Amino acid sequence: MEKRVDWRQAPGPFAALLGPPLGWFLLFFAAPLAVVLAYSFGTNVGVADIAISGTFANYARALEPVYLAIFLKSFAIAGAATFVCLLLGFPVALAIAFAQPRVRTLLLVLVMLPFWTNLLIRTYALMTVLRDEGLVNGALGALGLPPLPLLYTNGAVILGLVYVHLPFTVLPIYASLDRLDRSLIEASLDLGASHLATVFRVVLPLARPGILAGLLLTFIPALGSYLTPDLMGGPDSQMIANVIERQFKRANDWPFGAALAFLLMYLTFLALAAQGLFRGRRAEP
Amino acid sequence: MTKRFGPVVAVDDVSLAIAEGEFFALLGPSGCGKTTLLRMLAGFETPTKGRILIDGEDYTRTPPNRRPVNMVFQSYAVFPHMTVSENIAYGLKMDGVRAAERRERVAEALALVQLEGLGDRRPDQLSGGQRQRVALARALVKRPRVVLLDEPLSALDAKLREELRFELSRLQDRVGITFVMVTHDQDEALALATRCAVMHKGSLVQVATPADLYEFPSSRLVADFIGSVNLFEGRVRVDESDHAIIDLPEAGITAWLDHGTGASETVQIWLAIRPEKMELHKRENGAAPPVMEGTPEGYNVMPGTIADIAYLGSESVYEVRLETGKMVRVIRPNLTRWDQEDFTWDEPVWLGWHAEAAAVLLQ
Amino acid sequence: MSAPDLLDYSRRWPLRLVLASVGLFLYLPLLVLVAMSFNDSRQTTVWRGFTLDWYARLGGNLELLAALGNSLAIAALATLLSLLLGTLAAIALWRFRFPGLGLVSAAFALPIVVPEICMGVAMLIFFARILPWPAGLPWPLSLGPIVIAHVAFIFPFVAVIVRARLESFNRETEEAARDLGAGPWRALLDVVVPHLKPSLVAGALLAFTLSLDDFVITFFTAGPDTVTFPVKVYSMVRFGVTPEVNAVSTVLLVLTVALTALALRVQALAGEKLAP
Repeated sequence: MEKRVDWRQAPGPFAALLGPPLGWFLLFFAAPLAVVLAYSFGTNVGVADIAISGTFANYARALEPVYLAIFLKSFAIAGAATFVCLLLGFPVALAIAFAQPRVRTLLLVLVMLPFWTNLLIRTYALMTVLRDEGLVNGALGALGLPPLPLLYTNGAVILGLVYVHLPFTVLPIYASLDRLDRSLIEASLDLGASHLATVFRVVLPLARPGILAGLLLTFIPALGSYLTPDLMGGPDSQMIANVIERQFKRANDWPFGAALAFLLMYLTFLALAAQGLFRGRRAEP
Repeated sequence: MTKRFGPVVAVDDVSLAIAEGEFFALLGPSGCGKTTLLRMLAGFETPTKGRILIDGEDYTRTPPNRRPVNMVFQSYAVFPHMTVSENIAYGLKMDGVRAAERRERVAEALALVQLEGLGDRRPDQLSGGQRQRVALARALVKRPRVVLLDEPLSALDAKLREELRFELSRLQDRVGITFVMVTHDQDEALALATRCAVMHKGSLVQVATPADLYEFPSSRLVADFIGSVNLFEGRVRVDESDHAIIDLPEAGITAWLDHGTGASETVQIWLAIRPEKMELHKRENGAAPPVMEGTPEGYNVMPGTIADIAYLGSESVYEVRLETGKMVRVIRPNLTRWDQEDFTWDEPVWLGWHAEAAAVLLQ
Repeated sequence: MSAPDLLDYSRRWPLRLVLASVGLFLYLPLLVLVAMSFNDSRQTTVWRGFTLDWYARLGGNLELLAALGNSLAIAALATLLSLLLGTLAAIALWRFRFPGLGLVSAAFALPIVVPEICMGVAMLIFFARILPWPAGLPWPLSLGPIVIAHVAFIFPFVAVIVRARLESFNRETEEAARDLGAGPWRALLDVVVPHLKPSLVAGALLAFTLSLDDFVITFFTAGPDTVTFPVKVYSMVRFGVTPEVNAVSTVLLVLTVALTALALRVQALAGEKLAP
């Protein structure tokens, strides 16, 4: 049964409902991005003016080895963080999904609480523990070991991204496990499978959509993250977002920054499309 | 066995012996503990007290994956990400059965449940009935000592249910494996089982063959739960070995039974009479009660008026109001195409029943 | 009966180990932060004794307090506007069939997936070149660009939440209202909106959090006199370790925990009331 009403039957209410959000979207989201797109084909003229010359020079420059390396590094760092999130997040989601109701609520709140906490505060807290005179190195020192340079490394960035994004991985996986028909797991046990075999042969394949969603929800923000590499990374751990920021705030090369921003956006869409494909193929019988 | 969930006693000191090759049904309303009992047999719950023995071997603490027991789940729990064959082969794979033998046994199982040629289908391409067969094949292929069935037909529509009832019973006959089924549907239990246990509030109320449950219920609870029944409170006046006379104040008569009751004259008893074991006779003004074989001793009659009629096609159900005000239900088969016209609303009738039609209940 | 011990994986030791380490990983840094806010030392590791000094200094840090005020005002305004626009969008896309329905639905999901940095620079260019915000406007009008930017990326989140709730709406109740004499707007207000209440609460909480939490987009839209709390803390952290950051973080943490508890309580109550 078609439940929607044709807009021509009620053009007034239709316009009143859709108008404001669509207007806001076009004016304050689509238009600014269109300007960025236009600038990405522009050249700097003088100090403050930009001519939209239709050049591809900015994109060509973005593909130079220096910047290509940064793109690759961003991919590697975000990928590593996502992988660690999955390794930690799946067992956590599994434990939460099948815990007693009271325990489940408690664990869910514990996972969600950091998400509600300010990102900057969390990053700063992690830095406090990792810095040279922080808790971890303090513990190492107490054991008579030399301090490790934990902060301002690529590892620190990965750890920071895991710290910030873990709830995004856990929640979709939890949601898909929670929807899972428990009798499927019981059937697997009943047919002679061990718990471990059941997890790999029944739970994991059936939780695939949730796992993919969790991976995407972690990978996309990680790929474009600015704050974590900025605060926790060393000079060697710049990610794309940091380079973009530099073009706008320090180097004052807006056209190049605009081109980089759009490349990052295309990469994001690519990741989304890849997930859609992956999921679509599995859904086919 | 006993099973407690916190303060709730789900299964209360139940003791059962099920013979090899039996088709055993656990029957009861929802929440009576039958499912918990079944899940303890499967190994999904551990009894608080008691033991589970199969062939004398204790399986009480054995995890479900190491029991010679397989289950057909209420939702069937067919793995949606595997084909039919993969579903059936799953348990064999877990047992380490070689690929060649696995193929052979899967084919055998598919043939057994009449799903030949559907091995490569995905579960979402199957009908409810076919999915149920996959679940059955998946359990049977492991050649367990016991197959457990949790409300096996409840998810299907009425027509299919009736068909599969016969098929399930034939299948069990052929494989000879012990089946233990849980159901709240008395028709299903009566039709399929060789023996039934009626459960109520965690306890066994009666264990008997389907016919005995229906014809010789041990309590009002069983009489009322299985089929429909007319119950009359009464007191024994005469109790001999070959007959008994019972006062039925609710019916306004003294009834004659053709067997002794063994009840003392001081206690209250109940007479249970199935609606199809009551007969309707015309009652014209001033006319004498119908004369049947054995009347007056051996045939009981009581006057009443038809209050309501439900015509069901194969039979008609009559609600008759006795002169005491008590409502009695009578089922009358429509043996010819005009039988339903014999009686009409507000018609005065005689209700008659034979001396052997009533069951005497002490509790 | 539905939660058998057998599947309660949280009671098995390997998973307990994972849970414990993840819990430690998530919470140890925050606990250290709270502890250090009471430490009578500029150094962050060594415990020198208890003090409330940093909290006292916080009261005197007018810039930080102003930033906090800005953030709260922005979050409140952005929440209101996002709630309105998000709900309108959700109802429009749920109710009407029109050419471009799929396109508009997909477009409204864009702000959720577009990287923050891209939106940040877009807003920077937009307010620098296309729609320069007049300088010297009185507070809170001066916060306009930040509020506009926040609403642009937050209202789609609200729309998603409201849309999900609309799926469970029984259309016949609205038809019943119409049948009993309510006009289309009246029916919407009397029947649809009450059904949406839990999603509106959830949407408001999410919107407030997203706005208060946002650093990157604000970083590109904020001017020198419209510094928000995250931007201020960022510059303090960049500048060096100051124990005042520990103190202000602790205050915010306590606030968050209290608000979360309150939100859970409200949701539980709403859930009870809605359950028949």
